[in-house]
This record gives sequence, structure tokens and C-alpha cells, in this order.
Amino acid sequence: MFSLNRRTVGEAAFDWVNNLLMLIICFATLYPIWNVLVNAFNDGTDAMRGGIYWWPRQFSLDNFKTVFESNGIMTAMGVTVAKTVVGTVVHVLFTAMVAYAYSRRELIGRTVYMVIGTITMLFPGALIPTFLLIRDLGMIDHFSVYIIPALFSFFDLIIFLSFFREIPDGLIEAAEIDGAGDFTVLFRIVLPVSMPVVATIALFHGVYQWNDYFTGMIYINNTDLQPIQTFLFRVVAQASSNQMISAMPSGVATNVTSQSLKLATMIVTTAPIVIVYPFLQRYFVRGFMIGSIKG
Amino acid sequence: MNANAEAPSPASGMVPGSERRKSWLRKLYRQRYLQVMALLGVAWMIIFNYIPMYWTTIAFRDYDILRPMSEAPWVGLTHFKEFFQDDYLWPVIRNTLGMSLLKLIINFPLPIVFALLLNEVRSLRFKKSIQTISYLPHFLSWVILGGILANWLADVGIVNQILMGLGFINEPIFYLAEPNYFWSIVVASDLWKELGWSAIIYLAAMSGVSPDLYEAATMDGAGRFQKMWRITLPCIKGTIAILFILAVSGLLNSNFDQILVLRNSLNESTSSVIDIYIYQVGILDSRFSYSAAVNLLKSLIALGLLLGANQITKRLNGTSLF
Repeated sequence: MFSLNRRTVGEAAFDWVNNLLMLIICFATLYPIWNVLVNAFNDGTDAMRGGIYWWPRQFSLDNFKTVFESNGIMTAMGVTVAKTVVGTVVHVLFTAMVAYAYSRRELIGRTVYMVIGTITMLFPGALIPTFLLIRDLGMIDHFSVYIIPALFSFFDLIIFLSFFREIPDGLIEAAEIDGAGDFTVLFRIVLPVSMPVVATIALFHGVYQWNDYFTGMIYINNTDLQPIQTFLFRVVAQASSNQMISAMPSGVATNVTSQSLKLATMIVTTAPIVIVYPFLQRYFVRGFMIGSIKG
Repeated sequence: MNANAEAPSPASGMVPGSERRKSWLRKLYRQRYLQVMALLGVAWMIIFNYIPMYWTTIAFRDYDILRPMSEAPWVGLTHFKEFFQDDYLWPVIRNTLGMSLLKLIINFPLPIVFALLLNEVRSLRFKKSIQTISYLPHFLSWVILGGILANWLADVGIVNQILMGLGFINEPIFYLAEPNYFWSIVVASDLWKELGWSAIIYLAAMSGVSPDLYEAATMDGAGRFQKMWRITLPCIKGTIAILFILAVSGLLNSNFDQILVLRNSLNESTSSVIDIYIYQVGILDSRFSYSAAVNLLKSLIALGLLLGANQITKRLNGTSLF
């Protein structure tokens, strides 16, 4: 037994090299984000000189103050928060509801329903036909374009399905004997015992809603309805600092540049997700596994 | 009325068909709420998946927004022929396949290596922390990452500052304006963003490997690398195969968001890919029928790749998606 636990010199060397490699990967992952962070907390005009690597040279909160005072940015933030909260809640409830029906063995026509869904995964929606559909549905420049086309996903349904199948039949039957209808069973029994999968889908869809700039870019012309990611896309990809400058409230501190304001907006936009995901990690690792292996 | 449609039940002799229908209806009535739930999902799929599938037929018509689709004249394969004669055809295919193959060769195996090495980390706490950190970039949007990259790769950006400081270059390089750098930027930034996230599934598969196997191997005198090579890797072979099938079927899918964010008119010659082309001619130029034709062609090839890769892995190691 003793010889099993003793580590050879080679083993110890391997551990050292391996741990060092892991530390390098962590550094390479975190440093770019840290760099944005210190530049955003630095005085804007001073940051233009460059050379800020580890720590702000002239610490300043003006960039963030400007972000929070800008009506344009705050409106876009509000749109993002609204579409993420509403979109995620209805997506999870709707997809879970359909998945619950699909999971019941006595469902008449279940095979047909499965085939209908599977075909949608083999032929993903094409850009132009979807665009024309949404235009014909009158969703252009309407908040519903963020919610209804993203209401359901057959891939998410499969993840739900593999969880729901593991719920013992007895649990559902007992509730039905007590007179519970299907909706009661779904909301009172099935969903509460499926919190890991609910958290997983909610996180995935929440991140999608939060990060989605494309819907806002092609379906929304009204800038009051554009989410923050669309706003940033226009600033970043189309290099239109005009939008950034027009988002600056009048009488803003002169040491805020469009570049420093952009960095601060990026931080504010990203912070909520970065704070939330570690808490949901143990759920999504499991959800990811079941969804990808069994699906 | 349905006597010839229903076979007589052998158990009870002759159960009248109307009786059976009644019990079927009773069953249907009992599960009416379940049916409503399922049909709501089906209705959504019909509207948002099947109607667009039907509308893909504009690829064979001359559709314009002034007339309803049913009045658009059929033009057969005209739009497909047009694509094959387009000057953009070869650059677009070269860029799409070039970047996808680079990602397949470099960014597909590296997460497996990362997962193998992370699996060997002894301290559980250290391992968990590395995992959490390595997932972080996945949650940033490409818009944000595009902003970070534009900042880093700018003429006064950190990359140029470091390279000039070390004396490798004398004057700043405009990386995003140079077509030669575009593919490397795309592959490297994709690796940075997805390395940890892509490793999740392999780590999950590795945690399912029985410790008995490792113990037996240790008894037989196997070292760390031998155990990795002869136990861990064979045990996750099935997972690798399935992800490989998916990766191959996605060869024509460039990462649209990534490329849309990083491309500009100066690096166009190496940054135009099929997905961007479909978007440009469709949304920006409003050539709906032509864009739908290119898109349809792409979808069909992707489906072919999926089925092909599925067959090959099935034959090679018995794992397949379906």
C-alpha cells in the first residue's frame, strides 16, 4: 500500500509542470479582462497615452459615472434587462411545459410530435425566410421580436425531457390520484424537482438573451428599443464613435473619452453574467452532460 | 362505419369498432390538457420552423417584396447558377473552409488535451478554480470580445507596444486592417473564448471513468502518461466521436458573430465567409431569392456532411449520433 502512495521524482515533476501550465492558462484567460478593467477605472484622457497594464495610473470613476448618467446607454440597458428577464422566464416555462407533455408515455401522437421536432433540428431556420416571416408577423420594431421567436427550442426540450424521464412515475401518479391536473403536476411537482435543469436552461437562455445583438440589429430601427449589445455592436464593429459621443450626456467631464466610455460600458454590460455564472456552475455542468450525451 | 379499418381484438372476440373509438376518445379527453401543451409547442414549430422551410422555396422563384410570394414566378435553378458564376464564390468558399479547418485541426483537439491535463491536477480546490476561470470567456459576447480585440490590436494597443518594446517590430502593425492576420486572429480568439467551455463535456465524461481501472493500471506499473493514453482517452472516445461529428457538420458554419464583429472593408479578402455573404446579399442588398438559394445550398451540404461524418465514425469506432 505504501508504494502506491509514494510519488516518484518524475511524477512530482509532472505535477509541477502541469500546475504551472494551468496557472499560465488562467493568467492568459484573466489578463485581457483585467486590462480592460484597469483602463476603464483610469482617467480617460490619461489612458490615451497607453502603458496601463496592471493598475490604474490615475484612478477615476468618471467613466462609470458617465455610463450611468447617459440616457441612451441606460435605456439600452433597460431593454436588455427586460428582454432577458421576460424572455428567460417565458422560454423556460413554455419549453418545460411542452417537454412535460412530450415526456408522458400515454400522450397520443407522441411519435409524430417527436418527428416534427427532430426535423427542425436537421433543417435550422434560414436567415431570409425567417426575416420575411417576422416582417409579415408585424414584429419589426416591436418588443415581442425578442421574446416570441425565442420562446421555444427543441434542443432545450430534449434536455428537459431527459431529466423528466428520470422522475419516478409514482410521484406523478400519486399527485393525480389526489386529483391534481396536468398543469398542477407540472408546476407543483415536476418543475420543483427539476431545479438543476431549470437553472441550466435559464442560464443558457439568459446568456443568449443578454448577449444577443443580432435581433436588435436587423429587426429594430427605433433606438429606444435597441438592447445594449446592439448599441455596443454599432460602436465596436462599425467604429461609429458618433453613437458613443451622442450617448454622452451634455456637460460631461472632459476627461471622459469615447474610448474610455466604451470600456466602461463593456464592463457594466458584462458584470452581471460574470457574477451570476459561478453560482450556477454545478447545475450547468450536469445539464450540459445530460443534454449532450443523451440528446 | 369503421368496421373494415379496425381488426377484431383477439382477446375479447368481437369488440365493436365504435366501442374502441369511444375509449380512444375518452383517453384523448382525459389527456386534453397534455395535448394542449404539446400542440402549443407544435404550433410554435409550424410557425417558426416549418413556414420558413416552406418559404425557402423563394430560392427557386423571383421574389420581390411588392408581390406576395405565391405570385412570384418560378425560375428554377437560376439563382444557384448565378452563385456558381459569382466572383465571390471562390474567395467565400476558401475563407469559410480555411478558417473552419484550422479550427478543426487546432481548436478541436486542444480542449481534449486541456481536459486531460486538468484531470491530472491533484488539488480538488485548484481544479475547481481553474474550471470556473476557464469558463469565464465563454460568457462574454463576441461584441464585447470584439471590442477588447480592437483595443489590443490597435496601432497604440498593447500587442504593438509589447512587440515594439521587445524590438520585434519597428512600427505598429494594423492587425485588423491586414488580410494576412485575419485567420490567425479568428482561430486564436476562438480558442481563448471556448477552450475551457469545450472541455466541460470531456471532464464530465472523465469523471465517469471507474477508479478501479486506474488502480489496476497502477498495480501493473503504469505511469501517468500511460494511464492517460490507455485508460482515460479510450474511455472518452465515444464523446470525442460525437463532438467530432458535430464539428464536421458545422464546417460551413463560420462563427457568424465573431466574423461580423472582426471584419471590415480592409480585411474583406480573407474575412468574407458564406454566412456573411448570405447576410450581406440578403439583408443589406435585399436580394431575398438569391440569398435564400445560397443558404439552401449551404444547409444541404451541411446535412450531407453530418450524415457522412456519422457514417464514418460509426464504421471506425461504433459510435454515432443516430
